[in-house]
Amino acid sequence: MQQDWIWGLVGGGLIGLAGAVYLLGNGRIMGASGIIGGLVDGSGRNTAWERLAFLLGVVVLPIILTPLYNVSIATHITDNWGVIIAAGLLVGVGSRIANGCTSGHGVCGISRFSLRGIVATVFYILAGGLALAVFRHVLGLI
Amino acid sequence: MRILLSLLSGSLFGAGLFVSGMTDTRKVQGWLDVFGDWDPTLAFVMGGAIIPMFFAWRLTAGRTPLAGGAFPELPRPELDHRLIIGSVLFGVGWGLAGLCPGPSVASLSYGGAGGLVFMASMLVGMGAAPTIAQHLDRLATPA
Repeated sequence: MQQDWIWGLVGGGLIGLAGAVYLLGNGRIMGASGIIGGLVDGSGRNTAWERLAFLLGVVVLPIILTPLYNVSIATHITDNWGVIIAAGLLVGVGSRIANGCTSGHGVCGISRFSLRGIVATVFYILAGGLALAVFRHVLGLI
Repeated sequence: MRILLSLLSGSLFGAGLFVSGMTDTRKVQGWLDVFGDWDPTLAFVMGGAIIPMFFAWRLTAGRTPLAGGAFPELPRPELDHRLIIGSVLFGVGWGLAGLCPGPSVASLSYGGAGGLVFMASMLVGMGAAPTIAQHLDRLATPA
């Protein structure tokens, strides 16, 4: 528990490196919602293979790393199906309407001091904090 | 070349999400839960990720991407209703489940049925987003 922040920093560095490779290599902004969403709505048809290759890497690396890791790797997601479905819909719709999520607006946007990235990040963090306050502490749902 | 670079980038992204603990919904919700047992890990992940990206943006000046083409045209620094409404909806969903698009993909192999249902719902939402965005545009434009 005490080393969580070190692993956070190391993992964060890898995420930033991933964004740097995507930008300097392919000339594209690494945003998870954009990469997935472009496959769903067809707007990324011309770059479908590189999107799929990216997602393959995202899925496979944790599978390779899992046996090397001796701590619990569960996601601890809630078992309330209604909450899971509502959350998934909101994340999907919201990230695409806003044209970015934690990786695109958060990591790639803030690092170039983008006004849109910073404002988006402030709003989704405030909304997330409010959601926890209401649904956990007031309603006791999550 | 582009496909290999994408695979490399995705692998680094997946490894980063995994070791940082960001696929654990308790850590993400712990960061957002200022009235509960607050967990600062996410701030370190964000900080750690922003540092390499800061230098990457500086390296784009006067260069072209390794795989050819051009660097993306950056959107004008304008705030609109899509950015604000979309971010609020995304934030509520992110808080409710503790998952966002990247970690939901990274945890597919061990996220269980809950992770799969989240992923399916997210894909449905992404499919509906263009239509919903058009409705929002109509509402935002004074008649």
